[in-house]
Amino acid sequence: MGYQLDFGALAGYFGLFLQGLGVTLGLTAISASLGIALSIGGAATAGWGRRWARNVVLAYVELIRNTPFIIQMFFIFFGLPEIGLKLTALQAAVLAMTVNLTAYSIEILRAGIEAVAPGQREAGAALGIRPAEVFVFVVLPQAVANVYPALVSQIVMTMLESAVVSQIAVTDLTHVADLIQSRTYRAFETYFVITVVYLVLAVALRRLFALAGRRLFAGRAG
Amino acid sequence: MVDLPLSDILVYLLTGARWTLLLSAIAFLGGGIGALLLLLLRYGRPRLGARFLHLYVELFQGTPLLLQLFLVFFGLPLIGIDVPPLAAAGLALTFYASAFLSEIWRGCIDAIPRGQWDASGALGLNFLTQMRDVILPQALRIAVPPTVGFLTQLVKATALASIVGFVELTKSGQIVSNATFQPLLIYGIVALIYFAMCYPLTFCARILERKLGQSR
Repeated sequence: MGYQLDFGALAGYFGLFLQGLGVTLGLTAISASLGIALSIGGAATAGWGRRWARNVVLAYVELIRNTPFIIQMFFIFFGLPEIGLKLTALQAAVLAMTVNLTAYSIEILRAGIEAVAPGQREAGAALGIRPAEVFVFVVLPQAVANVYPALVSQIVMTMLESAVVSQIAVTDLTHVADLIQSRTYRAFETYFVITVVYLVLAVALRRLFALAGRRLFAGRAG
Repeated sequence: MVDLPLSDILVYLLTGARWTLLLSAIAFLGGGIGALLLLLLRYGRPRLGARFLHLYVELFQGTPLLLQLFLVFFGLPLIGIDVPPLAAAGLALTFYASAFLSEIWRGCIDAIPRGQWDASGALGLNFLTQMRDVILPQALRIAVPPTVGFLTQLVKATALASIVGFVELTKSGQIVSNATFQPLLIYGIVALIYFAMCYPLTFCARILERKLGQSR
């Protein structure tokens, strides 16, 4: 007698599931907003900052991009209390996700800035606009438009990677799945359903950003 | 709490790192073979293959690796296959790597001018010969830098195998950290070991990319 799949056992957990969904989406929204904002500063520093500041940013990017997310999270959640910085699991998750996304998105934005024609900056300077304003109003919008698809897939990847925060007991979608499967003993069914939910989220997020992109960058070729 | 000398900690962690490397190698090899099969289907039977490849990539790039691991880990026993964590993790990472590698390599194959297919077809070469002697040798050259870059991602991805109980570098770090109560030091060292494995790959990928850019 083989194993019978039983998805009905999961029906009673809809409320719990919605909570987890909220946490996953909330985590993604907060860390994406913070991460993109910080990475704009980071990319500007990497391009125009003083030598030491530039090196700090580049070292940060390399360090984060060459270590696994889960280790960054463990370091923040378990390691930082040793030097007096106690964070709740949720705070640690937000911090880890932000730190991670910022590094990747600095790298993406740097490429976008490099692709903006130097004439744009020179024209701004010739018009007597201050360099900071040229950056914010002339270079940055074009840079973001250049790399918009890459930024979007980075945000989606951060959302997917956030499944790992369940390991420090943040009650996200995956953690809810862990709970449900430990109560129903239906591990495969539970994880299968939750995986499908992530897939739907990823596709929806991509569609939504593509739609927003079309409006934001309307009038630009490509 | 256990007091361990730093040298013992390092030896233990480096032993874990060996398993990380082994798992990465398994996943890369398996993923490479998987990606090649997917691409043969994609270009050999364009209509069916393109759709299948698209679906496969969407599925594995649109879901968390952690859940892919869980599904393999809990799913295999359901169909009567009991596997140790190394095999489960290796299999899940093989699926995962196949998706990314096939996507990368497809881009490289599509970058080969259409005329190469037409010319080799006109010379009467069949599909497999076209692939082997004309398309792949050219695609391989541009495929090397992004493939090396993906290796970094794969090494980092193996860290999730710790969650299904495979004792690689991350799990070793957890074990030592739980014994010595020095998470800051231990996870710091673990991060540095990962960095030492990944950074050379990142660096190589960058150099190779620059070289390729110059030779064209």
